[in-house]
Amino acid sequence: MTFTCPAPIAAKDKVLLGHGSGGKLSAELMRELFLPAFANPVLSRLEDQAVLEIGGGRLAFTTDSFVVKPLFFRGGDIGSLAVHGTVNDLAMGGAQPRALSAAFILEEGFPLADLRRVVDSMAQAAKRAGVSIVTGDTKVVERGSGDGVYINTAGIGVVADGVNLSAAHARPGDAVILSGAIGDHGAAILTQREGLELEGALESDSAPLNGLVEAVLAATREVRAMRDPTRGGLASALNEIAAQSGVGIALREEAIAVHAPVRGACEVLGLDPLYVANEGKMIAIVPAEQADLVVRAMRQHPLGAEAAQIGTVGGQAGLVTMRTAFGTTRIVDMLAGDQLPRIC
Amino acid sequence: MRYLDEYRDAGLARALAARIRARVTGSWTLMEICGGQTHTIMRYGLPELLPPGIELVHGPGCPVCVTPLETVDRAIEIAGRPGVIFVSYGDMLRVPGSHSDLFRVKAAGGDVRVAYSPMEALKIARQNPERPVVFFGIGFETTAPANAMAVWQAKREGLRNFSMLVSHVLVPPAIRLILGSPSNRVQGFIAPGHVCSVMGYQEYETLSREFRLPIVVGGFEPVDLLEAIAMLVEQLEEGRAELENQYSRSVTRSGSEPARRIMDEVFEVTSRQWRGIGPIAQSGYRLREEYAAYDAERIFGAGEIQVQEPAECIAALVMQGLKKPVDCPAFGTRCTPEAPMGASMVSSEGACAAYYSYRRHIPEAQG
Amino acid sequence: MCLAVPGKILETTDLGISRLGKVDFGGVTRQVQLDFVPEAQTGDYVLVHVGFAISKVAEEEARRTYELLRQLAEEMPEEPA
Repeated sequence: MTFTCPAPIAAKDKVLLGHGSGGKLSAELMRELFLPAFANPVLSRLEDQAVLEIGGGRLAFTTDSFVVKPLFFRGGDIGSLAVHGTVNDLAMGGAQPRALSAAFILEEGFPLADLRRVVDSMAQAAKRAGVSIVTGDTKVVERGSGDGVYINTAGIGVVADGVNLSAAHARPGDAVILSGAIGDHGAAILTQREGLELEGALESDSAPLNGLVEAVLAATREVRAMRDPTRGGLASALNEIAAQSGVGIALREEAIAVHAPVRGACEVLGLDPLYVANEGKMIAIVPAEQADLVVRAMRQHPLGAEAAQIGTVGGQAGLVTMRTAFGTTRIVDMLAGDQLPRIC
Repeated sequence: MRYLDEYRDAGLARALAARIRARVTGSWTLMEICGGQTHTIMRYGLPELLPPGIELVHGPGCPVCVTPLETVDRAIEIAGRPGVIFVSYGDMLRVPGSHSDLFRVKAAGGDVRVAYSPMEALKIARQNPERPVVFFGIGFETTAPANAMAVWQAKREGLRNFSMLVSHVLVPPAIRLILGSPSNRVQGFIAPGHVCSVMGYQEYETLSREFRLPIVVGGFEPVDLLEAIAMLVEQLEEGRAELENQYSRSVTRSGSEPARRIMDEVFEVTSRQWRGIGPIAQSGYRLREEYAAYDAERIFGAGEIQVQEPAECIAALVMQGLKKPVDCPAFGTRCTPEAPMGASMVSSEGACAAYYSYRRHIPEAQG
Repeated sequence: MCLAVPGKILETTDLGISRLGKVDFGGVTRQVQLDFVPEAQTGDYVLVHVGFAISKVAEEEARRTYELLRQLAEEMPEEPA
């Protein structure tokens, strides 16, 4: 048999929506474009936040941009999301968030009343998280060039001595702990997006996780890694940790909680909750002996009421697998781009 | 969720698996046709529960995968035209054509939109009367009634800017092709439960009689599929060859009369190309002459598009159950879900894609 | 092909040329076209595919066959998972 290699799909020369979805395409863009260009050891660690040694202490520094549609949804809006998202990235690095910047790209014609709603929401979220928004910027683009409003937030926080978290620190035998039910945010957004016409009392779980992180670190400093499974869902976050730590992760399906209406929405659209975004949940990788302690500490916090150990670090390196309720095993693969509703 | 959770019960699944194990004395090769069923089998790891004597092979039951390359190219061409709003089910967006896919058309500025239902495309057409709105009508018989309804309604309303690019395929001719092949290894079939909910199962009774092999109409949840497999094994061990209906909570012998009425009104049977397999006579639907004004193929006649599938792709053999995805030298290396070379890696229900995503870690013993 | 999900009809609306139903899927609802299931009424379960009900769930038949399955499960010796 002669093998003729078919021409690969030519147009790999444009940005695709998939590049922003947190899956394989995003990782590819990072690897092939940004990392080589900006080349430095801190960036190469590919954590959700950068930890810098400055003035004898350690500062965590992170940034995130928010382009969510619809702008206002049950359980939050682009503003609160922007604050929580950056606070959470800092918290996942074990940092106490201190201050945020907020930069707005506004579309000409965007109603000021809506902007006020967004800004008020950000103020409330910042207060709840115990951070100040200390600097910012505003730009306006012509009608048609934006989506109403885009927000970028950057944040700094202080990492205490003895706290050393990294997605590269997971070791075989460690426990994988999840703070609650998955899929709430993504499902809520979907039910409020036009076109799909799904109705339900689904609310985004958008919340600041620094309080929950403090509760965990107060219980034990022996935490290897923390990550919040945002875009790409639980599956993507775990695949990233597996890749960065060079380990496998073995999950138990029955231990992963999904709220009923989230399940319903996912069933109708043919989506797997494992890949649906969360904005108020976190994963903690801890040594096996700390698992019970950490779960208990989380459960005592309002945001961790449904915390549970969902698996262990082990199995083929780089692969995330899951034991189904039937006792069989499946791979929880990394998605290429966004998960799309399917009919097949 | 009622009528879903009960059919995912682990206790029932184990009991059915035990029953199959107790019953099997020989080796049997069983095929399921429907992509949704393939997906369930892979995602729940059902082959792990079955005895080594049962081999599951996966037929060409993914309409996304079998949509001919020419049609995908045509869709891409239409979607790229300025002013056109191209609406499609999510499944089709990543399907590679010869040089591009709908996602890339979107990236290049095409107005490509995902819909859950063809009625959404009608809505878009009503909201944008000055722009042509084209809906990509793919699927098996299950989706045909909905697509037919959309076209029927468009005509009724005189929604002249709406049209459909139809690429429907039918299951029985594909089964006939597989069973009629001299190299056929399939000894029992699981018929697609939702296709049969619409069409009934009379065609499958005929196939069962003609080719003298057992066919069981199966549902889509793991317990459904295990029960269907158990029923096939029972027949095979007893030397019977009949049509049985496992999915009786949804399927009746005559199916849905109102659904078939609208399909008959709008569509007529035609011969179609199946990607990875080739042309199969009388195996698809096209819009009737009376609906020509709503037929994107006639309206946007993009001429004859000649395409070539990669020589390396053995999708045709996989889809007929003659080879396994792992038998392909390109599987998982040159051919992955991100860079699919052929039909059955293209959508997540394709046999190769499902196998890659859920079970590539399993050393190949079966399924 | 054919992702069809079972849901319960909460209410129906007759539009003349078609009939719509508000169908509940474990907590989320959607308007579903009931044109292909003229016999389905409020309280019935239907299988929904691309926004259309393609069949009505035969509940009595489901109950009967499920009961047979459960009996089978009781008969089979308990196997390790």
